[in-house]
Amino acid sequence: MSSEEPSAQRRTSRKSVAFTDEKLVVDADGTVTIMASEDDQHKDTAMSHTSPTTAPVTESADADGLDLSLLKKKKKKAKKEEDADAADDDAAAAADGEEGAIDLSMKKKKKKKAVKEEDDFAKKLEALKLEGKEGDEVATAAAAAPVEDEQSGDMDKGTGIWQHDETKGITYDPLLSRFFALLAQKNPDHASSGTRSYKIPPPQCLREGNKKTIFANIAEICKRMKRTDEHVTSYLFAELGTSGSVDGARRLVIKGRFQQKQIENVLRTYIIEYVTCKTCRSPNTELSKGENRLYFITCNSCGSRRSVQAIKTGFSAQVGKRRKMQQG
Amino acid sequence: MSIENLKTYDPFAEADDDSGQTKQTQEYIHIRIQQRNGRKTLTTVQGIPSKFDHKKILKVVKKEFACNGTIISDTESKGMGEVIQLQGDQRLKIKEFLTNKDAGLGLDEKTIKVHGF
Ligand SMILES: [Zn+2]
Repeated sequence: MSSEEPSAQRRTSRKSVAFTDEKLVVDADGTVTIMASEDDQHKDTAMSHTSPTTAPVTESADADGLDLSLLKKKKKKAKKEEDADAADDDAAAAADGEEGAIDLSMKKKKKKKAVKEEDDFAKKLEALKLEGKEGDEVATAAAAAPVEDEQSGDMDKGTGIWQHDETKGITYDPLLSRFFALLAQKNPDHASSGTRSYKIPPPQCLREGNKKTIFANIAEICKRMKRTDEHVTSYLFAELGTSGSVDGARRLVIKGRFQQKQIENVLRTYIIEYVTCKTCRSPNTELSKGENRLYFITCNSCGSRRSVQAIKTGFSAQVGKRRKMQQG
Repeated sequence: MSIENLKTYDPFAEADDDSGQTKQTQEYIHIRIQQRNGRKTLTTVQGIPSKFDHKKILKVVKKEFACNGTIISDTESKGMGEVIQLQGDQRLKIKEFLTNKDAGLGLDEKTIKVHGF
C-alpha cells in the first residue's frame, strides 16, 4: 500500500477509511488488527462492576476470594510495604510508568484486547499484580504515600481508582476520558467515535486465468455502502482503466491483474468521493439522481446534500491488437 | 482572514473537494494508468494546459523518466484534447514533474488528479 500509493496527498485524505469485517481490521495506514467485537461483552469496564457479567479477572480483584492472583498480590504488597518508605520515589516512578503503559489511547487497549485469550489473561494477571499492589497501597498506606493523588488504574480491569470499593474521589479528567472511552466502545458505528473509521469488509480478489481478476464480494460491499453495483463498477473500471463483466454469481470480473490492495485503494477513494458526507463524515448517505442529470449525496445523519460528479472514464488508450489495426 | 477574502468567495458555488475552490472538471489534469499485457502499463496524462508545448514536455519527460511515449492528438483521443501517453507507471514522476516549480511546469497540485490503484 505504501509503495504504490499514487500520491501523498491522497493518502492523507484516505486516513478515515478502514476496511473490516467483524474480525479483521485493515487500518488506513496498513496495519492489521483483530477486532474483539464479541469479547467486548465480558471484558467490560468499571461501570458494569455491579452487574453479574463481570469479567473473572475483575472479580478476583474485587472479591476477597482465594484467587491465585490475589495471593500473589498480597505477597507483593507485603514486600512493597517494607520498602515503601525507602523507595517511595521509586514507587511513584514505577506507578507513573505503569500508568503510562496502561492508560494509553483506546486504540492500544483495543489491540491489547485483541491478543489471544490466554495470553491476554496472563497479561491481565500480571498487570493486576502490579496495579493491585499500587491500588492497595493507595488505599491502605495512603497517609504515608505521596502517590495519594495519583489517578491511576485501568478502567477496563477495574483496578486502581476504578475499583468498585474505591472510596477516593475520581477527578474530572479520568472521568471524562472514561466517558468517551465507553461511548466509543458501546457505539462502534458512531460517527464521532474516537477511531472515526468506517468499516466495510475487505474486497475478495481472485484470479481468473492469467488476465482477469474476480472481485467476489462486490455485492456485499455495495450493500454496505448503500450504492448500486453498477455505480461502483463503473467507478472501478474508470479508475483502473479497464473493463469487465459480471458473472452469474454477481461477482465482478475485471480485465487485468489486480491485487486486493489495489482494489481496496480504489474503493477507498470511492468511499471518500461518493459515500462519506463531507460535512459530518458519516457514511450513512444516499446517492440519488437529482434534477439536471446531477447526482446528489444526501446525508442521513446530518441532512446535508452535495452534488457529486458523474463518473467519467476520460481518455482511455487503445491497447492490444486493435490499436495496431487502427493505425496500420 | 481579511474582508476581501469574503468578496471573492462565492458561497453559492459548488464546493470542490476539500479546497473549497470552484473549478470545472475540464481544468483538471488527469493522470491515469492502464494495464497492458503482462506486467506492462501505460500512463496517460490528459488535460495539460495548451499554453505548454506538449511535444517539448514529452521530449523532456521521455529523457528524464527513461521511457518512451507519444502524443495522442485531439482527434485520436476523440475530443479529449491532446493526451501524453507514456510507457510504464510514471504517475508519481509525472506528477512531480507537473508540480515542480524549478524543473517542471510548476502547476498547482490541486489541479492534478491521479487515478488508478
Ligand atoms: Zn452528514
